[in-house]
Amino acid sequence: MKRDLEIDIHHLTRVEGHADITIRVKDGKLIEARWSVVETPRFFEVMVKGMSAERVPFLTSRICGICSISHALASIRALERAMEIEPPAAAITTRLLAMHGETLQSHALHLFFLAAPDFAGTGSVLPLMQSHPGLVRAGLQLKELGNKISEVTTGRCTHPVSLVLGGLSKAPERGHLERLLAMIRERKAALDIAADFFSTLHIPDFARETEFISLSNGSSYPSIGGKLVSSDGVRREENDYLQMTNEYALEGSTSKFTRLSRASSAAGALARFNNNFALLHPLAQNVAERFGLKPVCHNPFMNTLAQLVECVHILQDAEELVQALLEMRSADIRTPFKPKAGAATGAVEAPRGILYHHMETDDNGKVVKADCIIPTTQNNANIHLDLQAIAGRAVAEGKTDSEIQMLCEMVVRSYDPCISCSVH
Amino acid sequence: MKARGFTFEKLKFASFDFTCCEGCQLQLANRESALPDFLGLLDIRNFREISSERHDDYDIAFVEGSISRQDEIARLEAIRRQAKILVAFGTCACFGGVNSLKNRLADGEAAAEVYPGMQVESLPVRKISDIVKVDLSIPGCPVTKEEVERIAVSLVTGSLIALPKYPVCMECKARLNTCLFDLGEICLGPITRAGCDAVCTTGKTACLGCRGPAEDINMPAFLELVKERGLSQSDLKEKLGFYNAFEAFAANET
Repeated sequence: MKRDLEIDIHHLTRVEGHADITIRVKDGKLIEARWSVVETPRFFEVMVKGMSAERVPFLTSRICGICSISHALASIRALERAMEIEPPAAAITTRLLAMHGETLQSHALHLFFLAAPDFAGTGSVLPLMQSHPGLVRAGLQLKELGNKISEVTTGRCTHPVSLVLGGLSKAPERGHLERLLAMIRERKAALDIAADFFSTLHIPDFARETEFISLSNGSSYPSIGGKLVSSDGVRREENDYLQMTNEYALEGSTSKFTRLSRASSAAGALARFNNNFALLHPLAQNVAERFGLKPVCHNPFMNTLAQLVECVHILQDAEELVQALLEMRSADIRTPFKPKAGAATGAVEAPRGILYHHMETDDNGKVVKADCIIPTTQNNANIHLDLQAIAGRAVAEGKTDSEIQMLCEMVVRSYDPCISCSVH
Repeated sequence: MKARGFTFEKLKFASFDFTCCEGCQLQLANRESALPDFLGLLDIRNFREISSERHDDYDIAFVEGSISRQDEIARLEAIRRQAKILVAFGTCACFGGVNSLKNRLADGEAAAEVYPGMQVESLPVRKISDIVKVDLSIPGCPVTKEEVERIAVSLVTGSLIALPKYPVCMECKARLNTCLFDLGEICLGPITRAGCDAVCTTGKTACLGCRGPAEDINMPAFLELVKERGLSQSDLKEKLGFYNAFEAFAANET
């Protein structure tokens, strides 16, 4: 069938930030499939220059409204390594728990608010409140738990208050931790409801081989710091992040791009899952099996399900971390430090993938140079190539215009792009 | 919508974002236990971040973010033409926010540094009210959802909307916190508008003034307090400039 098709999606909905999709088909052939990030840049790397190191996490957390804890902790890790500050054990555990809170909140937002409507054929989550009340309630319960974990560990659910250089400005309160423990246990039931729903969905059968990049530490599912690894066998130290990212810019996109061994690579839940499957909690591995999700999986649509698998892991691990905090007797939450000159990278697994902050300080602890490489920037080229592949295949299979548009939107959403973040 | 025997019209609501992190809009989907009731107040006509339904027949527009590109000005002006009530939503919209830190650099300098050799447009950062008339401001980085809920109820019922006039210090004292000045740190709590329930100072970090100046603040006395205690003037400058919310008082700085 010879046909022409023009799809112009201006400011794609149900994603964080502003980006457009352009599809052109002429005489039955795909001419163009483009994903353009048009977000307004804010220039955080410039803003941070001259700022005192201790204030920096309060600024960089504002890069993103969804993953502010990851940004704060990436900056903190970079600056602590640059100035050789060792945070105390209670702070390390609290930070890991905070990362779980943020990822749970972010994944729940994507799973139930942004992705689920595509599968249910609705424009938003709002009609699902009537048609799938149990599912929406489960989603809200998980999201609320994520926010509650962030609040107890960092003082607030968006833009953390108590994550500071050297440790924490304030320890989580005992009573809050006890209530949180009960809440985590009670909300595990919501995971079952979610898994029941997502296991029945028809996930588009599509795969395009790519390289998955994540952190890896060999002993626990990755969160803060570790080796930089790829599914193509690359292994680097945290400070060598530039060799992992090879960042470049192209006209027409305010988000930059990265690459490693191939034309593109992927970061995020699926990358973490593919590179660290053995370190997931057994219950999370069981849910993955139920979804037919096995490493190494190259279907980008499965990223959404990998997020749910991670939620199962998070609730199990968060329970242990809260118990560990309750058992800690030391009141030490912050290591005093003297500002000094240094340079280091802090890498963390933000909800959408590996996030790098590199910081250099002068003798007074003022930042002289900063570099932030965002997960969505690392997925930018992969999204672009997936979009071309899926649009090309859909056209060849003779899918209708609306089916093609739907698949294109869905493949982009499956990356859960954080576009404001990528154009920091 | 019916409540306590009265019938109310839902707000024909839209939410838009400009140069920002979208964290304030995200608060609209937080406080999950109250979310069904909150959403019950709104007829969401346009909210790109969570819905693919887009309609242009809204009455109330929440606008998050500051303005730093020409296309944003045109978009904002179109929203102003449609909205009966335009709300500057969050610190970036109200004051320019952290984005304003870029304005220390000459035009084009930041873009040249981050995107060498590429044409990337970036105007000096401006707050929403520099471009269009703003009917209501809800400050905060991020906004406080409880306050947003109260304001939404006031909008639905047509009752008076008022932000606290007093400073964060009042809320901080009510939470029985040790004063950060007594711990040797500069805190903007004495001059910043309350309404956040002193969330930062309760977490033992200094208030950076995201909600902007409280009403009738005594800036000279505050600056004198910092001087008297021998605290760092460069720290004071960094804090006052963080959100660009004390721009009007910049001339008084020592």
